[in-house]
Amino acid sequence: MADSVRRQVVLPWGQVIKISFNSIKVRLFRSLVTTMTLALAIAFVSYTWSGYEILNAMWPNIDASLQDRIIAGGYEQFEGTFGTSAKDRWLVILSLLVCVVGIVNAQLMAVTERFREIGTFKCLGALDSFVVRIFVVEAVYQGLFGGFAGSLLGLVVSTLTLALKFGWPVFIHWPLAGMLLTLVGATLLAVFLSLTGVIYPALVAARMEPAVALRTEQ
Amino acid sequence: MDQGYVHNVVRLFEVTKVFKLGSNLVEALKGIDFAIKTGEYLSIMGPSGSGKSTLFNMIGALDKPTTGKVFIDEVDVAQLDAYELAWLRCRKIGYIFQTFNLIQVMTAIENVTLPMIFAGMHREEYMDKGMELLKLVGLAERYNHKPSELSGGQQQRVAVARALANDPAIILADEPTGNLDLSTGEEIINLLKQLSVQRNVTIISATHDIKMLNVSDRVVWIRDGRIDRVEERDKLKISVGEVA
Ligand SMILES: Nc1ncnc2c1ncn2[C@@H]1O[C@H](COP(=O)(O)OP(=O)(O)O)[C@@H](O)[C@H]1O
Ligand SMILES: [Mg+2]
Repeated sequence: MADSVRRQVVLPWGQVIKISFNSIKVRLFRSLVTTMTLALAIAFVSYTWSGYEILNAMWPNIDASLQDRIIAGGYEQFEGTFGTSAKDRWLVILSLLVCVVGIVNAQLMAVTERFREIGTFKCLGALDSFVVRIFVVEAVYQGLFGGFAGSLLGLVVSTLTLALKFGWPVFIHWPLAGMLLTLVGATLLAVFLSLTGVIYPALVAARMEPAVALRTEQ
Repeated sequence: MDQGYVHNVVRLFEVTKVFKLGSNLVEALKGIDFAIKTGEYLSIMGPSGSGKSTLFNMIGALDKPTTGKVFIDEVDVAQLDAYELAWLRCRKIGYIFQTFNLIQVMTAIENVTLPMIFAGMHREEYMDKGMELLKLVGLAERYNHKPSELSGGQQQRVAVARALANDPAIILADEPTGNLDLSTGEEIINLLKQLSVQRNVTIISATHDIKMLNVSDRVVWIRDGRIDRVEERDKLKISVGEVA
């Protein structure tokens, strides 16, 4: 019996993707709050990464006086390349921690608001895993969007601030490939953070008895 | 009464439910024993707080009893695994709530078709059937409206259509007319009665709406978590007649 039953309760991925997308679209403001938390933290990460990317790209191609100005500007080299100092690294980790706490909090609230919806889903025959899948896909959307927007912002800001300080060489030696990598890396980091934030609230919500989920006030 | 002849679609055996509220224990159900026959229209009557919704959740496998057993089609619900339980909720039972419980972010047709998607139907199949059901409840032209764009009565009709999606053997309703005006409430009651007569669906409805009495085959009165009395249809007519 169990096997035939298994085949009869399904939620295809196509439907998950559609339902999650719709759910984000309808609750745009709510989703934007979560997404903004993510975007800001990622903007900081991407600002730091892309700044060093630019400095490393222009360093071998510029004259000594500009090199002196960069060193005088407080940028430090380690074994010939610019990179995160211990202080920077702590700042990045701290900002990411704040971000994860912020996302867990925002997702907890968002999931709590939707207890009734989750209860209704389960009354209609949803397995716990359907509920988890919907929230996970929503988190991926938010991670992709927030991460892309944030890393783009960080990248633009770092380029402009460096250009203000050191002028045209920043644009002339702008490392396209490196910047694209930064963009992709920071966006993936955002997806990872977003998933970390959503997994606990989603599991809690999915495991509730439908009656308990339905009793909650909205 | 010869139990052998009629199939019991639902049977409760000494069901109790205790809620913990802080350090307080609330005994919502204090030992409920009864059986519901296939095709029956059963009303559960009782004042507010008497335990109707708690009983509704037990019968519908939406919550676990503290002690006792619930059988659906003579299968002990407590023995079902997650898949079987989901299948039961998806295919066997249709739920209707006082507060409608439509998915707010979905349109009428999306709400109605969701149980059919869970049941593994194909798109053409579930869209056809969804429209047919919306037609049945008189809302075909509103298929693309969100719940917030529909009146209470219309939302409840969408909920009835959704409850019928997978041709359930049982329809469970918790005060389906509680948030509706008199005439809309009557429409919903007539719709349920029609289903029970035409499709032999078992209807179990918790209510304190007296209008429900006229269509019920049997009424279970509950009070303070216990069955107070059970009245058959014939007797009911007499007692209602006396009141009138
Ligand atoms: N989840 C719960 N937690 C605590 N008490 C509850 C809970 N659900 C119901 N009760 C209590 O159980 C009793 C019966 O409630 P309910 O079944 O909702 O009654 P009805 O539907 O007949 O109005 C009430 O005293 C109610 O406060
Ligand atoms: Mg109630």
